[in-house]
Amino acid sequence: MNARGWVGLVIVLALAGLALAGDRLAGYRFDAQDTAQALAAPSLAHWLGCDALGRDLFARLCEGGRVSLLVAVGATALALALGLGYGALAGWVGGRLDALLMRGVDVIYALPDVLVTVLLIEVLQAALTGLPDLWRRLAALAVALGFAGFVGVARLVRALVLQAREEVWVEAARASGASPGRILLRHVLPNIAAPLFVSAAFRIPAAILAESTLSFIGLGIQPPFSSWGTLANDGFEAMRSYPHLIFFPCVAILCALLGFHLLGEALRERLAPRFRA
Amino acid sequence: MIRYALGRVLAGIPVLWVVATVTFALLRFLPGGPFDKERVLPPEIRHNLERRYALEGTLAHQYVDYLERLARGDLGPSYKYVGRDVADILRDAVPVSLELGAAAFALAVVGGIGLGLAAGARRDTAVDRSIALGSLVGVSAPSFVVGAGLILCFGLGLGWLPAGLWEGPLYAVLPACTLAALPLAYAAQLTRAQVAGVMDQDYVRTARALGVPEARVRRRHVLRNALLAVMTYFGPLLAILLTGSFVVERIFAVPGMGRYFVTAVTNRDYPLVLGVTLVYAVLVVLANLAVDLLYAWLDPRIRVGGAER
Repeated sequence: MNARGWVGLVIVLALAGLALAGDRLAGYRFDAQDTAQALAAPSLAHWLGCDALGRDLFARLCEGGRVSLLVAVGATALALALGLGYGALAGWVGGRLDALLMRGVDVIYALPDVLVTVLLIEVLQAALTGLPDLWRRLAALAVALGFAGFVGVARLVRALVLQAREEVWVEAARASGASPGRILLRHVLPNIAAPLFVSAAFRIPAAILAESTLSFIGLGIQPPFSSWGTLANDGFEAMRSYPHLIFFPCVAILCALLGFHLLGEALRERLAPRFRA
Repeated sequence: MIRYALGRVLAGIPVLWVVATVTFALLRFLPGGPFDKERVLPPEIRHNLERRYALEGTLAHQYVDYLERLARGDLGPSYKYVGRDVADILRDAVPVSLELGAAAFALAVVGGIGLGLAAGARRDTAVDRSIALGSLVGVSAPSFVVGAGLILCFGLGLGWLPAGLWEGPLYAVLPACTLAALPLAYAAQLTRAQVAGVMDQDYVRTARALGVPEARVRRRHVLRNALLAVMTYFGPLLAILLTGSFVVERIFAVPGMGRYFVTAVTNRDYPLVLGVTLVYAVLVVLANLAVDLLYAWLDPRIRVGGAER
């Protein structure tokens, strides 16, 4: 992996570490209010300052990162799982089923994806009644974003499976009596894993971007919970007088996306040079 | 060519029907009606309200009724903006979004391809490296980050440009730049990669070996082939612009479709949500159609094998 890839990896790991540690690292609870410190500028006590309710911004960024990364990873995992099943089925079976499944993908592709994602979030949110509030929102976002991403994965997997199906080693495996399931899992899957892995590395920042954007316009994570997007939105409201409130959340998102992109580029160069996400 | 174009147009119709049906179904799944929050109404009044807003009868009945009115171009009254039709609201909002989108599109295409060509033609120089780095940052910056930065710099800091509303060409500068930033950076990355790829092709080496002047090689062989591949990005680019307009319109308080959509979802203004979704779908279908046709016109291989993709 090249030097830029290592930089990306370090950024990603550092942010993941902050998200895992959560607000413990900051020394304040993310929802602890101290009105005397409302809108305080960065200082030794509060490294990144405080928001309008006197909550420590660093603690909130760690907590928000946890939410943002969780949604992104969940959405990516779901998109991969769905897309892998769907694409492999279409590519492997072929014929009428393939035509039908791909027709479906074409239609989903033509739908305006933000709109469908937004509507899906609202519907899922209403449907998942058994869960606690935050988890309901998280799950709704992850499922909606995962659904939005699965068609791309399905197309990719189908193309890769179609290509692999014609290879000699598949024929050899079939000739020696391997079942279709075994060929798919033991032979085809490992061979198409590299481009899939690279596409997943690009899907995570795309999901972070989508989540933070939705949260920013108030359709994703909503108060009292926070993600990087909601923090940026809070900061945006107070931007005129307290620019640090929008500066730090934006830097966090920018770093996360940059880190994942650097890492993704390096992985692509190393694993699948001809693949374009 | 005409047959191909006709086929693509007809293929768009089922897509629109699916969009209309899916949004209708999704919206009816949402809990609560638009008038639930108000005080309990006498049954007669409630009945009248339901009739006025086409909420009576079974779901199937409402669906058929909805499609019928849709075919006539009637999108129904808005729940929230009393006395205004959805079609009426959209007549004001759509042109605003289109103007913003067109400005951003031009900016992204011209700027992105220009920078990409500049970088690709000077491989591994300082210019190339700084454009590569800049475009990487560009594709990593969400539009609200770009927008906030621009407002802080040029709106509030220097006071050169208005930081919101929509009252003249000057008001479009910051929103258009914000909206164009990400696609511009992406187009630059793509063009740069394409130029680099084409430069390594055998036909370029052959042309050079035959003594064709370098400027001519670049214009005739490199530029043309690189741009053909970049054009496939125009479809997704239009989609990105449509998507981006939600955030940008909210940040800059631009009265376009995106802003209406966001408020309509929170207000449960079902007809307005349906209307905006449909207009978006039509725009996406038209944009894809335009890109397909442009591409078929430029690349005969597609036209000939048109049915097979």
